Amino acid sequence: MSAVPVQNFLYLAAVLFTLGMFGVMVRRNALVVFMCVELMLNAANLTFLAFARQRGDDTGHLSAFFVIAVAAAEAAVGLAIVIAVFRSRGTVNVEEIRTMKH
Amino acid sequence: MTELVLFWIFAAAIVVSSALVIVSRDALHSAMSLVAAFFFLAGEYVLLWAHTIAVLQVLVYAGAIMVLFLFVIMLLSLTETALGGGRMSFGRAVGGAASAALLVLLVVAIARMQVPAVTLDAARQATFGTLAHVGEVLYTRWLLPFEAVSLLLLVAIVGAVVVAKARI
Repeated sequence: MSAVPVQNFLYLAAVLFTLGMFGVMVRRNALVVFMCVELMLNAANLTFLAFARQRGDDTGHLSAFFVIAVAAAEAAVGLAIVIAVFRSRGTVNVEEIRTMKH
Repeated sequence: MTELVLFWIFAAAIVVSSALVIVSRDALHSAMSLVAAFFFLAGEYVLLWAHTIAVLQVLVYAGAIMVLFLFVIMLLSLTETALGGGRMSFGRAVGGAASAALLVLLVVAIARMQVPAVTLDAARQATFGTLAHVGEVLYTRWLLPFEAVSLLLLVAIVGAVVVAKARI
């Protein structure tokens, strides 16, 4: 049906998701960690769309739409939290923000 | 054939730009690489015939969300020196190894997967992923989730203002 096999898209999504996960695990700048979460969300979207194409049913496109909407809400609230933390602590290093770790 | 060539061009660009997001020392460079990755992902979405989502990807992700990120980065004017050096800790090494293991697991699972080919009739193929068809399904069968998302966005706006404002 498609010139590009659906597995290609799934491999790409797997690479993208693990790159995002690697960033979340390794980076300490809270903003970069957020960006890596966005990468992981996009990998999930790519998988939704690949399976929608393979099954010939575009309901998966609606799932991707809702993921984008929730990602927008998450970015707004998350970045507000980053600003609030920076204002009270003067840092966005996730290893120095450990007040709730007890 | 053209589609396959385009797929590999976009895939290589996506992997390179998302790697740059992770390795850049400057958060601003990370954000710009992420914008590039989102644009190339929109290209992949077009190859999957998801035209509506490709447009939304550019408008909402590469546009609105990344502008928000750039705004916050410039507002806080962060430098990497303020975040300390690239010290290697046990937890970070474990995290890196876990993501590498997950990649191997996913690749093996996809390689073993059986994908039956589904053929579309011509009428279905003409509407697949178009703005008209996706919009029609969204506003009929998925109206309630759609309205719930609007409520979620409203709550997020109010929450963002309450959290980020110094004194209310």
